[in-house]
Amino acid sequence: MKLSHPWLIAATFALAGFVFVGQSSFAQQDGAQNGGIEIIPVRGNVYLLAGAGANITLSVGPDGVLMVDTGSADMSAKVIAAINRFTREMNTFRQPAKRYEGGGGSGTVLTGMVPPKPIRFIINTNPLADHTGGNPALAAAGKTFTGGNVAGDLGDIGEGAAVLAHENLLQRLSDAKMPTRGLPTETYFGSQMKLSHFFNDEGVQLLHVPNAITDADSFVNFRVSDVISSGDIFDFSGYPPIDLARGGSVQGVLAGLNKMLEMVIPEFRSEGGTYVIPGHGRICDMADLAYYRDMVTIIRDRVQDGIKKNLTLDQIKAARPTEDWDGRFAKLPTQANTFVEVVYKSLTAVKK
Amino acid sequence: MRKLFSICAPALLALVAIPAFAQIDFSGEWAPVQDEDNTGNPYTGEFIGIPMSHAGLLRAEAWNASLYTLPEWQCRPHGAMYISRGPSQVRIWKEVDPVSRETTAFHAEWLRSIDNPYYLDGRERPSKNAPHTWGGFSTAEWVGDMLKITTTHLKEDYYRRNGVPSSDESTLTQYWLRRGDILTWVTIANDPIYLTEPMIRSSEYRLVPGLQIPPYPCTVVEEVDRPAGVVPHYLTGQNPFMREWGEKYKIPYEAQIAGAPSMYPEMQRRIDLAANPKGGAAAPVAKK
Repeated sequence: MKLSHPWLIAATFALAGFVFVGQSSFAQQDGAQNGGIEIIPVRGNVYLLAGAGANITLSVGPDGVLMVDTGSADMSAKVIAAINRFTREMNTFRQPAKRYEGGGGSGTVLTGMVPPKPIRFIINTNPLADHTGGNPALAAAGKTFTGGNVAGDLGDIGEGAAVLAHENLLQRLSDAKMPTRGLPTETYFGSQMKLSHFFNDEGVQLLHVPNAITDADSFVNFRVSDVISSGDIFDFSGYPPIDLARGGSVQGVLAGLNKMLEMVIPEFRSEGGTYVIPGHGRICDMADLAYYRDMVTIIRDRVQDGIKKNLTLDQIKAARPTEDWDGRFAKLPTQANTFVEVVYKSLTAVKK
Repeated sequence: MRKLFSICAPALLALVAIPAFAQIDFSGEWAPVQDEDNTGNPYTGEFIGIPMSHAGLLRAEAWNASLYTLPEWQCRPHGAMYISRGPSQVRIWKEVDPVSRETTAFHAEWLRSIDNPYYLDGRERPSKNAPHTWGGFSTAEWVGDMLKITTTHLKEDYYRRNGVPSSDESTLTQYWLRRGDILTWVTIANDPIYLTEPMIRSSEYRLVPGLQIPPYPCTVVEEVDRPAGVVPHYLTGQNPFMREWGEKYKIPYEAQIAGAPSMYPEMQRRIDLAANPKGGAAAPVAKK
């Protein structure tokens, strides 16, 4: 049989079409068909999972899945289902069918659907419930790497994904009565933590920003994909949700934003290049990050000016220092006043 | 039969020659014909003709040109909300499907812009979670011989290069109309945050064969020695340049900042009346 037989050519195109459709189906899922969850590619192995509370960043590849944040608790089942479907399709359609070589083997190899790779790591950027609520279920659904210097019952140490975070986050989640399964299993107390080895072909770095949204914030740098997962230090859907009671401050948020701006490099004309996945909102780049930094800085300066003039908090609120941006960042009227208040209290707090 | 065919053939050919989709060619190098109001070098406070919202006015009042000395602001191109109104020449080229020979996209690139593709192949819009760009994401369709372009996914940018902001929730509808060597470029901006009405503008371009669109390299440098984290801006009510333009051209400040009413003839009559309370025509103002 000649390869050029018409039906064979047609079948080849049909198969190619199937593979293409298969790839596109996961590359951009319709949120409505997935319980409101959407997974879209960012760059390299990094994807954005949106619609489950805070944004979730995924690294998906041959080593399995690394998640930055886990969304809200009530979305966990949908997130697990979406990740399983996504990784199954990724592993099936990304790899070309292997043929036996050297033995004269030929013909189509039917691989079936490859099972999904497990969730290996979870990284938390802050202790807020829409970032960590899914920890117990997602960690339980995963499986970490085991071996090395391990003592005790080796039968179950591989169960569950490892949860990485700043050590203050362990304290904050313990205070909030987070189930043990959802607590960090590996913490750091310095300025940064690096994964001990490449994961999905790249280094992954956690960088601590003191006293930003809380006192337990990290942002995550994917060094080959050139993607930063910022947490709520950069919340592109609203004003930064600074939690004063848990150690947050506007000064810390600005330090974090400026730190990220030092790291990002645009592809061309202040556009593209390093992508930043914010805590909430769409995928961003340097220009978006600078816009947000400018906004927080200008509002900070206006509140500071009011303080210098001995205005009270109520007088500063009445001057509406956020009014220029409320249409974009305060979808509820109370959000503007809340932000002004945390800025005021950050700036007037007595330094310990 | 042969006779019938010879009679019908030209008619059939004519039918075939009428494109299934009107495909006027816009390709070429076009120079702006700046015979309308010049918005290329506006003064601070020159806001007339823009239906800016109160929030937009506040942003524009706080704007300080020194912002562009920050590393993150250097090397920015003009975005879709402004560029077709600017003084730069533009190159338009097209993509043609090699099988159907239909035009599947036009591209436009000005001296100081990035590539702006306008897709005619029916592709879907990206997710709302996708990145936004200076040019946005544009689809196009034929309306007779006119090309209608719909643009979303725009970055926060400006309508006029004196700090009048456009939001990243804005959308842009554009029309291209070609009459010989003249291209009329109509833009209709909608912005739920920084405009109170659609802003409609038109610009003219003339086809100039041989016109060059040279590269426009840019290098980010340290321009000003200032403490880290400083963002240049004016605090509320402290912009010293806001009234400069109005005073020079005898435009009442209220008209400068009126927003949408400044687009309409009634505002001109009010300005005339303010300049000449007796009701006559205003004294001629100094020319720019």
